[in-house]
Amino acid sequence: MAVMRYREALNSALREEMERDPNVMLMGEDIGVFNGAFKVTAGLLDEFGEKRVRDTPISENTIVGMGVGAAMTGLRPVVELMTINFSLLAMDQIVNHAASIRYMFGGQVRVPLVVRMPQGAGHQLGPTHSHSWEALYLHVPGLLVAVPTTAADAKGLLKSAIRDDNPVVFIEHEYLYGQRGEVPDDEDHTVRFGEAAIRREGSDVTIVGISRMALTSARAAKTLSEEHDVEAEVIDPRTLRPLDLDTILASVRKTNRCVIVEEGWPHGGVGANLAALIQEQAFDDLDAPIQRVTGADVPMPYSKPLEQIAFPHEPQVVDAVLATFRDR
Amino acid sequence: MAERVAQPAEQAGLPEPAVALEWLGSMMLIRRFEERAGEMYAKAKVGGFLHLAIGEEATIVGSTRALRDQDYLISTYRSHGHTLARGSDPDRVMAELFGRVDGLCRGRGGSMHMFDRENRFMGGYGIVGGNLPLAAGFALASDYLERDEVTLCQFGDGASNQGTFGETMNLAALWKLPVVFMITNNQFGMGTALERHSAITDLLRKGEGFGVPGMRCDGMDAVDTYNVTSEALRIAREERRPTLVEAVTYRFRGHSMADPEEYRTKEQVDEWRKRDPLTVFGDQLMEAGILSEDEREAMDRDTIERVDRAVAFADASPHPSPNDLYDDIYVLGDQVRGWYSVDERTPTPHRGEDETAMDRADLPHAAEHAATTPPGDASQREED
Repeated sequence: MAVMRYREALNSALREEMERDPNVMLMGEDIGVFNGAFKVTAGLLDEFGEKRVRDTPISENTIVGMGVGAAMTGLRPVVELMTINFSLLAMDQIVNHAASIRYMFGGQVRVPLVVRMPQGAGHQLGPTHSHSWEALYLHVPGLLVAVPTTAADAKGLLKSAIRDDNPVVFIEHEYLYGQRGEVPDDEDHTVRFGEAAIRREGSDVTIVGISRMALTSARAAKTLSEEHDVEAEVIDPRTLRPLDLDTILASVRKTNRCVIVEEGWPHGGVGANLAALIQEQAFDDLDAPIQRVTGADVPMPYSKPLEQIAFPHEPQVVDAVLATFRDR
Repeated sequence: MAERVAQPAEQAGLPEPAVALEWLGSMMLIRRFEERAGEMYAKAKVGGFLHLAIGEEATIVGSTRALRDQDYLISTYRSHGHTLARGSDPDRVMAELFGRVDGLCRGRGGSMHMFDRENRFMGGYGIVGGNLPLAAGFALASDYLERDEVTLCQFGDGASNQGTFGETMNLAALWKLPVVFMITNNQFGMGTALERHSAITDLLRKGEGFGVPGMRCDGMDAVDTYNVTSEALRIAREERRPTLVEAVTYRFRGHSMADPEEYRTKEQVDEWRKRDPLTVFGDQLMEAGILSEDEREAMDRDTIERVDRAVAFADASPHPSPNDLYDDIYVLGDQVRGWYSVDERTPTPHRGEDETAMDRADLPHAAEHAATTPPGDASQREED
C-alpha cells in the first residue's frame, strides 16, 4: 500500500494504462503543458509525448466527438473535460453519439471511450462551475457511470474504465482531488464496476452517499454513534451504471431504514431514482419513509454562506437519519 | 442559387469505359432504390422519416469512387445512396428501411442511421453536424496508428452553420489530420435556402478562417466531383492536411417525404432537373460510344429488378424479436454481464415492462405497426 492523493491515484492509473496499452491516449484542455487544470495529468506529456497527450482547443463537443470517432476506429481515448459543467457543451456527442452508436448500428461497432471530469461545490465558483450532475448521465442507457470517492477507487475504477469496451462517464470531485488514501501498489489493481463498498457497518440505518457525500455520510455516522446511539451502515455505490443494488437492498433489509445523500439537485436525482428502486423491491422491509438529502434546488450561488447551505453537510445527514426514527 | 463553376472541357474527360459504366450503374441503383423507397414509404412499409438523395447521385458516386477500399466514408441522415455506393447489399439497406432483422443495423437505425462496417461506411447520423467530430476522430486514429487510410466526411450546407463545423475545421487543420470535408450543397438546409441561412454563400470559403482551404466541384457532374475529390484525398493522404470541398448539387425531392416544398418554385426545380446527373451522364456515355440505347435500357431494367428483389427480401425478413430490445446497448463482459446488470431494477423484466409478453398480432392496428407514422407526418404520406 502507498498513501497518495486522489489526483495522484488518477495520475498513476493513466500512466499505468498508457504503459500497458499503446492505443490509450489523452485529450483535453490544458492537460499537457499546463499539466491539467487540477494537475491530474501532471508529467504525462513529458513522459509520453505530444502524440499521446494532446492539449486541445476549447471545443468540448468536438473533442469528445473526436474521442468517439477514434474509439470507433481502434484507439482508447481518455478525454478530460475541465469540469462537468462544461460537459453540457458535449452532451450531444456523449448522449446522441457515444451512448447510442453501438445500439443504433446494430452492434457493429464499439466505443471504448472514457470522459473524465470533476464536479462539486465549495470553491465559490458560482452557478457555471459548481454543479453535480451524475444524475444526468445516470439517465442515459449505453453509458457506464463511475463516481469514485477514495484514492484507491479513483485508481481502480479508472483502470477498469479504460479497459472496458463501453463509453464511460467518469465523474471525479474537485474537493476529493487533494484527499489522501491508501492505494494498492499492484499494477493490476482494478475495481470492478457494479460493486458497492460498505464504508462502515451498522445495524440501525442505511446511508447511501454518492461521490463526496460518502465521506460526509461517514462523518455523520460517527456523530450518530457517539451522540445518538444510532449505528449507521454507510454504503458508497462507487458506480451508478451499473449499480450494485443488491448490496444496498441487503443493507436495507437488515436496517429497515434508508437515507440517500447526494450533492446534486433533488428532482430527478440519484436519490429519487434509488428511493424508487428500494421501495419497489424492499417496501415491506422499510420501517420509515426513505429520506433524501440533496443539494438545494437552486443554481449554485457565489456567496460563501449561501453556497455552504446549498449542498449537504454532516448535520443535515444526521437530521435526516433521526427523522427516520421519529415514530420510535 | 449558388454560382456554379463551369469546368474546362479537358477536365471533364470520361474514365475508362468499364469504370464509366460502373459509375452509371451505381448512380442508377441509387436513383431506382430511392424511388422505390419513396413508394414503400407511401405504402407505410417504411416508418419515421425518409430523406431521399434523388438529384445528388453524381455527388455521391463521383466522390466515393475516389476512395480506396480502406478509406472511411461518413455521412448524414440522407445516406442510403452513400452506403449503396460503398457496396452495401441493397437487400440489407431496404431491410433496414423496413426495420427488419436483416437490415444493416438489425432494424435499430432506420433510414437516418445506416452503417456498414465491412464496407467502411461509418454511418449516417441524425444530428446535423454531429458527424464532423467523429470524422476527425477517425482521421486521428488513422494518423495515430500510422495507417494510410483517409476519411471523407459528407454533410449538408445546413451543417456548415453548426458549432461543430468550426470546431472540427480548426482541430483538423491544427492537428494536420487526413480528412476531407465535403459540403453537399443542395441549396437548402431543410426548407431554408442557402442565402437565408448562411452569410457566406461561397461555402468553399467557410473553412479558410480555420486553416482549411476550399475547393468546389460541380456536384451534378460525376467526373468533376471525382477529380476534385481525388485531389482533396491526395492532399489528405500525402500532405496530411484537411481540405473542404463544396459539391454544388440539388435535391429534386423534398427534404424528407414530409415536405410540401413551399419554400421553392417549381421553375427552380425544373431548371435543375435539366441537369439531372443520371440523364446527363448516361447521355455522355452514349455520345462517347460507350453505351447503346438498348444497353442503357437493359441496365435500367436490371437495376429495377435488383431493387424489386431488395423489396421482396426486406418484406420477407422478420421483424426483430421483442427479445432483441436490449441487445447491443453494452458490450457484455466482466463488468457488464447483461443489460439487467446495468438497468438494475430486477434481473427479470418487471411489471409493465415484459416486452416479450407483448404479442405483436394482438396489438391494435397491427398491420400499421411495421411503419409507425410519426405525429404530423400522416398528411404528407400521399405526397409524391
